[in-house]
Amino acid sequence: MENHKPSKDLFVPVEREEEEQHEIGRPSLSFWKDSMIRLRKNKAAMVGLFLLILIAFMAIFGPYMNQYTANEQDLSRAKIPAKVEGLGWLGMDGTLSTVEEADTVESAQASALARYSNDEENTEINVLNDGSDGGQARVEAIHDPYAAKDIENNFWFGTDGLGRDQWTRVWEGTRISLYIALLAAAIDMVIGVAYGGISAYYGGRVDNYMQRFIEIITGIPNLVVVVLMILIMDPGILSITIALVITGWIPMARIVRGQVLKLKSQEFVLASQTLGSSDGRVIRKHLVPNVMGLIIINTMFTIPSAIFFEAFLSFIGLGLPTPQASLGTLIDEGFKSLQIYPFILFWPALVLSILMIGFNVLADGLRDAFDPKMRE
Amino acid sequence: MVRYILERLVYMFITLLLIATLTFFLMKLLPGTPLSAADKLSEEQQAIVLEKYGLNDPLPVQYFNYITGLFQGDLGLSFQFDNREVSTILLERMGPSMTLGAQALLFGTIIGMLLGLVAAIYHNGFLDYSSTFIAVVGKSIPSFVFAGILQFYLGVQWGLFPVALWEGWEYTVLPTIALAIFPIAIAARYMRTEMLEVLGSDFITTARAKGVNRFGVVFKHGLRNALIPLVTIIGPLAVSLMTGTLVIENIFSVPGIGEQFVKSINTNDYPIIMGTTLFFSFLFILIILIIDLLYGLIDPRIRLTEGD
Amino acid sequence: MENLLEVNNLHVSFDTYGGEVKAVRGVDFSVKKGETLAIVGESGSGKSVTTKALMGLIPKPPGRIKEGEILFEGKDLTKMKDKDLANIRGKDIAMIFQDPMTSLNPTMKVGNQIMEGLIKHQKKSKAEAKKRALELLELVGIPNPEERIKQYPHQFSGGMRQRVVIAIALACNPKLLLADEPTTALDVTIQAQILEVMKDIQKEMDSGIVFITHDLGVVANVADRVAVMYAGKIVEIGKVDDIFYNPKHPYTWGLLGSMPSLESTEDELYAIPGSPPDLLNPPKGDAFAPRSDHAMKIDFEQEPPMFKVSDDHYAATWLLHEHAPHAEPPKSVQDRMKGMARERSEGDKV
Repeated sequence: MENHKPSKDLFVPVEREEEEQHEIGRPSLSFWKDSMIRLRKNKAAMVGLFLLILIAFMAIFGPYMNQYTANEQDLSRAKIPAKVEGLGWLGMDGTLSTVEEADTVESAQASALARYSNDEENTEINVLNDGSDGGQARVEAIHDPYAAKDIENNFWFGTDGLGRDQWTRVWEGTRISLYIALLAAAIDMVIGVAYGGISAYYGGRVDNYMQRFIEIITGIPNLVVVVLMILIMDPGILSITIALVITGWIPMARIVRGQVLKLKSQEFVLASQTLGSSDGRVIRKHLVPNVMGLIIINTMFTIPSAIFFEAFLSFIGLGLPTPQASLGTLIDEGFKSLQIYPFILFWPALVLSILMIGFNVLADGLRDAFDPKMRE
Repeated sequence: MVRYILERLVYMFITLLLIATLTFFLMKLLPGTPLSAADKLSEEQQAIVLEKYGLNDPLPVQYFNYITGLFQGDLGLSFQFDNREVSTILLERMGPSMTLGAQALLFGTIIGMLLGLVAAIYHNGFLDYSSTFIAVVGKSIPSFVFAGILQFYLGVQWGLFPVALWEGWEYTVLPTIALAIFPIAIAARYMRTEMLEVLGSDFITTARAKGVNRFGVVFKHGLRNALIPLVTIIGPLAVSLMTGTLVIENIFSVPGIGEQFVKSINTNDYPIIMGTTLFFSFLFILIILIIDLLYGLIDPRIRLTEGD
Repeated sequence: MENLLEVNNLHVSFDTYGGEVKAVRGVDFSVKKGETLAIVGESGSGKSVTTKALMGLIPKPPGRIKEGEILFEGKDLTKMKDKDLANIRGKDIAMIFQDPMTSLNPTMKVGNQIMEGLIKHQKKSKAEAKKRALELLELVGIPNPEERIKQYPHQFSGGMRQRVVIAIALACNPKLLLADEPTTALDVTIQAQILEVMKDIQKEMDSGIVFITHDLGVVANVADRVAVMYAGKIVEIGKVDDIFYNPKHPYTWGLLGSMPSLESTEDELYAIPGSPPDLLNPPKGDAFAPRSDHAMKIDFEQEPPMFKVSDDHYAATWLLHEHAPHAEPPKSVQDRMKGMARERSEGDKV
């Protein structure tokens, strides 16, 4: 019961300064610092960021990592699967395999061998079922094209239908896809922010006309606009970028306008205007910092959708003309031999998927980090 | 309400007219006539062909004919298929596209909503993380990559479904799944967010305070309120499916509008490109309008403000 | 008389990414039949969390009841399964919420929302439930109940909605009514009407009421006893008269001093300096000490126990210790107390 018998000398009033009473319990963090802390705690977003950095690095340096170039054709080494020393257990052992069925083991073997130009020396045959149980005979053939064609340097991602090195082509394609997407997203951002900002900041009749214009444009599906633009301009990096931008800036303009309108009516902006700040100062000091979060989030979502649209255009025959390659054109090519050589499709599709997931996850993370509703 | 619909219809009409005009003049900028498809014709024959397509008339007359034709449902003649009306070709090919689109939309939103609902109910649990993971992957990976995976494994390797063509119900399975991935992801994500927000709102606490059990809270009080905003994403989803059908129909060789569109792009068959463009735009605007009206119908708050 | 509700040493915490927020840190009180206990305090003092805990409505996770018991008619609610708790909620214990604009389901007809509890707890048929719902709407003073029962919440004004919320809470004649700032979101005139409705109903049903508010004017109007909460603890509890005319805790002085009154003319309102402590890391000793004008050394070292002032008046401040120097409430509060006493005696004469 020590609590109830405290010593007498503790009962002396404490003299304090007035300010001390007003001390705030927790140090306040700036909006950006707070958001970044939250982003760093988001594991998924960090994984996404890491994947993006990795892919960006490979897109820049990947093509120089082996001695092959993107356009070096050699039909004799076409459609060879990937081989990486030490990664055989991942299936990257450079072999092709097939399972054939026939009435007898012999005919199954023959048709399996025929798949690999009857090259018995480099093809290993395993009988899976000799047909003695009354069913079909099944034979597995494993062929080693590296040995058959005396290739000493491994193709890490294999080769395509024209014998070009997929590793180099995939990373150069990634570079072009990223270039188009980043360029389109950047232009979207500039146009969207300017349009939305001007529309909202000046308001009134200006805003009215600018909004009518947006309404009419959004009535046209962007698919249609993009296809028409590319038909007229002929496919190329620049024309694809322009086609993506033509409708791409609209969501950004809307978001920025909405946010600026909201901010404009808030007291601190009114206060600043009342105190005689110039338009430029109000925009720089008050509006931009408060709209920044939304702009970043929206741009992060624009990039993957631009990557997707570029790939999509390749699919409908409006992609980059050969010999240029983007991830989209590589995937499109891969589909042509999907049934027999699925690995040609696999690598560009994998890189594209990781890229898309990375951007989406990071964008989600940023949105959660910037969302003031989540703050506690 | 009637006034509102009429107003919207007028706007819709203006936008369509604008698109038609735009497409018409853009197409006129492009090289290529029906002659490039039918080569080696004498000059006389060429003149006859041009006459048939009305390409000898001055541009304003061509434009006028085109627009008046539109009002009668006439989209012109195909360059590629002699003497065939674009509208007939589109009508013929509409069936498979609509089947695919409707199936994917229905299947996708229902599965997606279930996923999102489960995620919200077991918030921060294993099922939530799994469903969120599916949503992120489904949203990120393009439908054509999925199509490749499905085609290779379910079609080629395991032989469960036909890889391509359009000869019966089982042929729709793979393209429908490939198309549905995106709606699944979007619906799951949206449903989860909406449901979590609804479950965190005050009236849910009121319901729990009344003694309503967990099931009743989620399905009787939560679901309807979460579904209302969900209607707004159906429009954009339907639009994204239009984009999706272009590639999916090609990959699976489905004889739909999308496949024809891509073919026409590669053969410079401008009348078909124009016709399809207009058709897509019309569908797009119609979907947006229907969603707007639907939204007003199911939300009692909106219904009444309109009526007052 | 036996206690309808008894809360002993209740601790409620929320696990946030910053750490454990100790929202309620050891609360004891009791409510008898027909009695109204008001809990007052600043926002964040833990009063709403306390009532939510009584109903088992703390969202878990992140929230959890760490310690303590909630005895309702002798049964401990904290140990009850969610299913059994659901059978008590709405039937024996009901709750009125703060914001009438958000506490009704926007897509459900008002009648159905009232009938829901009746059908569940009293196993009434739809027709019976509807009849009772009409009675309830009449009881809380909503005109044209026949008409109104078929309408959606957005067709009601704020005051009318709050009456609906009350009707929902009263549907099954609860023995205990928890009212979480039921009048805060309403106009002053409507406030008075709602309070009247609640008082009438209490008389009729003899229910116990726990009334959460930060409005001392309302407290004086409705409560029998008052508990003052600060930083997740009850710092002073007693009869209304004890709290208003003989407050002992410096925080209660601050609260009373910050209440505007028609009487005070000359001086400005008293404002409690500073802000409530961070419940992520509650301070050692008396949580109010950093803001108190009468803080002593001991306040920063040891937590004060509940000192008994009279049989039903307790306060947790070292100022009541025998060794403590004499401390007087600020002059403005003293004036106000005198003024109120005068007002009251005049009121009694009339």
